Amino acid sequence: MSSVAYFLIGLGVLFDLFGTLGLVRLPDLYNRLQAGTKCVTLGTCLILIGAAVGHGSAEFVIRALLCAVFVLLTSPVAAHALARGSHLGGFKLWEKSVVDKYEEDADKVRQQAGGDGVSA
Amino acid sequence: MSVAAFTVFFCALFVGAFFCLYRLQQGPTPPDRMVAIDILGTLLVGFCALFALASGSDFYLNLAMAWALLSYVGTIALAKYLQGKEFDE
Repeated sequence: MSSVAYFLIGLGVLFDLFGTLGLVRLPDLYNRLQAGTKCVTLGTCLILIGAAVGHGSAEFVIRALLCAVFVLLTSPVAAHALARGSHLGGFKLWEKSVVDKYEEDADKVRQQAGGDGVSA
Repeated sequence: MSVAAFTVFFCALFVGAFFCLYRLQQGPTPPDRMVAIDILGTLLVGFCALFALASGSDFYLNLAMAWALLSYVGTIALAKYLQGKEFDE
């Protein structure tokens, strides 16, 4: 295994660790979602790319890169759906949050979503 | 060098998984727990890839791919549930 692979995997593991640390330390659902999703997506992609570099055989590389593409496509969409669903479901922001752009046109969004979201 | 490095990587991923489990047990609202499950799923994909590299068999990469896609479907279903809709809508 080359040192490039060790470097990539180590960086990815560090990103994973700090993302989950943010999941524990941050005060709010939305803050936790943001920290966790961004850091852990990048960290997992770095681990997959590092594993591909370290192994080197064609089957392994193709599968690892395909898996990285899957993670990169699905993880932000899932996080966005979670944030949208919990905001429409009436879960509040942290009380020290200063801006909530989504609430300003929430009525329009609720009408668009069918109007049967639980009222905040 | 190799064994020591892999030990460190696996231990760090285990610590991250325990942070996720802490939030899963502690989270005050249901969406907090769903976020923890979602992030634990993404973390386990990386874990599977690292295990495939350490053990040398690429069967675990199939596992990682399947886990990534299934975790996505599950999170979308839970988000629909949070929004207050029925599942068949």
